[in-house]
Amino acid sequence: MTALPPTTTVVPPAAPSGARRHRRAAIGFLAPFLAAFTLFYLVPIGYAVYQSFFKVERQGTFGVAHDVWGGFSQYGEVFSDSEFWHSLTNVAQFFLISVPLQLGLALVFALLLDSPVLRAHRFFRLALFAPYAVPGVIAALMWGFLFSPGTTPIPSIADRFDLLGPDLVMFSIASVVNWVYTGYNMLIIYSALKAIPSEVIEAATVDGAGQLRIAWSIKIPHVTPALVLTGVFSIIGTLQLFNEPQIFRTISSAVSSTYTPNMVVYSTSSIPNYHLAAAYSVVLALITCALSFTFLKVTQRRAFQ
Amino acid sequence: MKSTSTIDRTRLRDRPVSVLAATLFMLACTAYFLLPLWWMVVASSTTRGGLTDTSLWFHGQFELWTNIKNVVTYQDHIYVRWVLNSIVYATLGATIGTLFAAMAGYGLAKYVFPGREVVFNVILAGVLVPATALALPLFLLFSKLDLTDTFWAVLLPSIVSPFGVYLARIYAAASVPDELLESARLDGAGEFRAFFTISTRLMAPALVTIFLFQFVTIWNNYLLPLVMLQNTKLYPVTLGLATWNSQKAIAGNLQLYVVVGALLSIVPLMIAFLALQRFWQSGLGEGGVKS
Repeated sequence: MTALPPTTTVVPPAAPSGARRHRRAAIGFLAPFLAAFTLFYLVPIGYAVYQSFFKVERQGTFGVAHDVWGGFSQYGEVFSDSEFWHSLTNVAQFFLISVPLQLGLALVFALLLDSPVLRAHRFFRLALFAPYAVPGVIAALMWGFLFSPGTTPIPSIADRFDLLGPDLVMFSIASVVNWVYTGYNMLIIYSALKAIPSEVIEAATVDGAGQLRIAWSIKIPHVTPALVLTGVFSIIGTLQLFNEPQIFRTISSAVSSTYTPNMVVYSTSSIPNYHLAAAYSVVLALITCALSFTFLKVTQRRAFQ
Repeated sequence: MKSTSTIDRTRLRDRPVSVLAATLFMLACTAYFLLPLWWMVVASSTTRGGLTDTSLWFHGQFELWTNIKNVVTYQDHIYVRWVLNSIVYATLGATIGTLFAAMAGYGLAKYVFPGREVVFNVILAGVLVPATALALPLFLLFSKLDLTDTFWAVLLPSIVSPFGVYLARIYAAASVPDELLESARLDGAGEFRAFFTISTRLMAPALVTIFLFQFVTIWNNYLLPLVMLQNTKLYPVTLGLATWNSQKAIAGNLQLYVVVGALLSIVPLMIAFLALQRFWQSGLGEGGVKS
């Protein structure tokens, strides 16, 4: 009964110069990050937006190319480009086959690691998190060997199913991505679980709640913000998919150079048509922003009360 | 008396069956997560250049050490260079990035000032920006400054971690008690002194987490060096291995070198995780208010 967390907090008396002191200290703490953020995030983004309003014009067929103001003409091209929209439907499908499993497993792993039901916590936590130490590019190379009939150590699977063919290649890439990121998401949820005051869990135990009940009624509601966060990161990560499919392109003819939106941007810029690539990037960023914001809004009431 | 017996019964009820089920489930999942890592060790020990005869257990001669020696010495030790580059990029970038992110997150958590939420939301929006949308304009801007194909072209953009700011803000708000800061102020400590002597210690698990994640992000980065670098001597190990992989049709042993090189390249990160794990195990600031 006495195990409830202490809720009383001492409110410090407001100092007369508190507001000014706060402002000066805040500027000091924020300045280094904001300077770097401006130089390496805001300026390039601004530059991309600026570039997207130009287009290349040539005098005659083989004339010298030069940039002229194009207004929204590049955006017109983006919206009429079926390859770009096709790449978006690809990542939408990818999201559906990858993310529910990835986050579901991450939550189950985190809950098990946090419960007294599981032994050898350290081993399991490290083992499940270990793939995160493998860069996406390298994970894709490795799984590429494992999936290829010529190099696979398990021929009975790779021979029977065409894991790199048009029907299954998306599942194969999804399993690479899930392999790398499930442990990462597990850790985010796990640290949220660690932040639950032990008094709350003790109180529930004293009241006779079992581990499942504690997980369902206390832990999961408590980690909902972390789940929302991992959800947002999964949306962003899926829309930005590049490394894994780019590597799979070298081993599977089912992955085109415009398989994902980021690959469309990259291949367009290396043609090179930088202005069109910039317009693609801007549209992609806006779509990412809109989706993440919508997701946050829909889940916000549950996540942040 | 009644409540203690309830605990005992709960514990007894929870244990035997669920312990077994949970452990079996975790073992099955762990097998899947460790299988490719294990395969890398086995495949790296084969003698065959083309990896056409791999399995999940060692067979034939055990050639791991020879293979490692070959990879390390290939093309005038370029592989060692790549690993060192990755270590420098990731260590420097993550250290500066963690410091900046921790300060910014702490500033946002502990000080009230006009425009705070606007600044925070702009930073958070930075997480949403596609990698290509940053890498390509950065390349154009850096080429105007003659900075492409340099060490700085990869390092400088890596020091920004919007997600780190987010994490630092949440953690600072939860783990650094205002009462403690107030008493530090009463004792005459300045804001920065309070941050560096008291708050960073309470935020240690978050700082390690930010460092680790930023380190991994930089270590894993492929697109930015791909866009920025021409000089193979500046490559990080990811770009180097991807380059070898794209040349594997030309040179027979490269396929094996990719696997051995990949295995070697993940060792430093594994060591970092093992060395730092005790820091992200439990919240060090938990007892801060009570004592």
